[in-house]
Amino acid sequence: MELNDQLPALQVVVPLLVAPLVVLLQPRGLAWAAATAAAATSLLIAITLTGTVLSQGSVSYEMGGWSPPYGIALSVDAFSALVLLVVTGAATAALLAGRNSIDQQIEPQRQPLFYAAWLLALAGLVGIVIAADAFNIFVFMEISSLASYVLIAGGPDRRALPAVFKYLIMGTMGATFYLIGVGLIYMMTGTLNLADMADRIGEVADLKPVLVAAGFITIGLCLKAAVFPLHVWLPNAYTHAPHMITVFLAACATKVALYVLIRFEFYVFQPNMETHQVRFSLILMSMAVLAIVVASAVAMFEGHIKRLLASSSVAQIGYIALGASCITAAGVSAGVVHMFNHALAKGGLFLAIACLATRCADLRLSELRGVAKRMPWTTAALVVCGLSLIGVPGTAGFISKWMLITAVLGQGTWGWLLVAVIVVSSLMAVVYVWRIVESLYFGAPVETNTGRQEAPLQLLAITWLVALLNVGFGLFPQLPVTLAEQAAVLLMGSAA
Amino acid sequence: MSLLEMLGYYNYCVFAIVLSVGMYGVIRKTNLIKKLIGLSIFQSAVFLMYITMDKVEGGTAPIIQAGVEDQIFSNPLPQVLILTAIVVGVSTLALGLALVVRLNELYGTIEEDEILDAD
Repeated sequence: MELNDQLPALQVVVPLLVAPLVVLLQPRGLAWAAATAAAATSLLIAITLTGTVLSQGSVSYEMGGWSPPYGIALSVDAFSALVLLVVTGAATAALLAGRNSIDQQIEPQRQPLFYAAWLLALAGLVGIVIAADAFNIFVFMEISSLASYVLIAGGPDRRALPAVFKYLIMGTMGATFYLIGVGLIYMMTGTLNLADMADRIGEVADLKPVLVAAGFITIGLCLKAAVFPLHVWLPNAYTHAPHMITVFLAACATKVALYVLIRFEFYVFQPNMETHQVRFSLILMSMAVLAIVVASAVAMFEGHIKRLLASSSVAQIGYIALGASCITAAGVSAGVVHMFNHALAKGGLFLAIACLATRCADLRLSELRGVAKRMPWTTAALVVCGLSLIGVPGTAGFISKWMLITAVLGQGTWGWLLVAVIVVSSLMAVVYVWRIVESLYFGAPVETNTGRQEAPLQLLAITWLVALLNVGFGLFPQLPVTLAEQAAVLLMGSAA
Repeated sequence: MSLLEMLGYYNYCVFAIVLSVGMYGVIRKTNLIKKLIGLSIFQSAVFLMYITMDKVEGGTAPIIQAGVEDQIFSNPLPQVLILTAIVVGVSTLALGLALVVRLNELYGTIEEDEILDAD
């Protein structure tokens, strides 16, 4: 038995086991170091698994040697490998960078518990991605959600509490809807394993319970993924969370729910249910277009920099959903690449905001005027990631927008309208990123003290690393694009 | 579907009603504790659905007894699943109540509209 064969299990086990250990590490710094080491180990495992997937194809793992459909299976294919990279990468970057920011926001005696919750959230998110079993996905989803409620409420801002309460209610509703859907499918097929389910659901696909299950699962996961108009929990939760938690969750939490949605739709429902494609595409596409237009418009008028970017996140989720709703290989791969690229852009932006927050207490745009003179490196990193968010050529954001436009053009006459939506919303993104740049660079400074006051080096270095990755994956997009195209072939192959 | 057939699905009807009652509570009530009660009712409905679907007529717990042949067993898997879901539900409720305690400490109220007005 080699260690390499155990990697899929270790991916979940490492953060899950280190979490209770971290609680015991009382001296300051030690808890941080242990949590960061665990996250970095997960990232290494994810990278190794991606390498294996690229060279040898999908990896599957039987828990305890019990073979599916009776045992519990884990599986890693190109799609899950990409999402694993996003999740573990975001956790590692945020933990590595976040020490000063977390010291500032969380009292020392609560820090070990805070890091433990963080590792539990990581274990849950990774577990969702790697599980090949519908009920395990539910359990991991709740582990990650419960941990992230704790994380968001952990900061000093009291407005986080009502926001978390709303998130808790809506998140639990979403998970329960998903549970109802899974229950109905189990009732009809007698299995929870996704591959087995895809095989068996064909015989009963025209019965009402399966249709109801599809509805419950889609709506439940859309709630978790904050697809417009089910996104109302997101802006407040992201705005008032501790800054490093915003970095972590904005980069990966909603994307993991979208991952489950795409996997369920393309793997289980579409190959087996007639007319499901049309229905799914129509509903998801209209929600996606609304998300893109409305959320971008809202972002143009937001006055708080974190809330502005949170609204923009809702719009970006719309892009991913739009790609998936095309039901073509090009559309799906565009959506999947955008998951990766948006995580880079938004993660970088929120890291830069964490840098700003170490020096500025108030993050409203009106209070941030002229900060560029005090923190030139931070604001420069923010601009680079902002350009990637807009989709300027040479940045990662451009690659996915370009793939998305190519994909929607294949949609016939409607395609041009969708292209118009993407172009208009990109212009809106120019407007809201410009509003940030304008107040940071051209506003009259609020404070008279104009001496250099950069963010702590550790934080700034990781921020720049992510900003440079935005450019790097813009110039050399092979890795995400190859994985996404393989993922699309896998997903569409089962749909065809 | 005739009335008699509907009555045959008695448990599922109760499931639908309890689910709606819970959802009404979550959406309509402004008191945060009442919202959580609604959420709990909402989740309990799902437990009922899972327990209903595993029931086999005449079936008992899956324990092999000496000397008893042809015993019919109910499906134990949904019961195990729902045991997990109950644990998840309890932890969610506990976390929700802890949040309400903190909210009450910081805002001095547990009415949603008063909290929203306070900021």
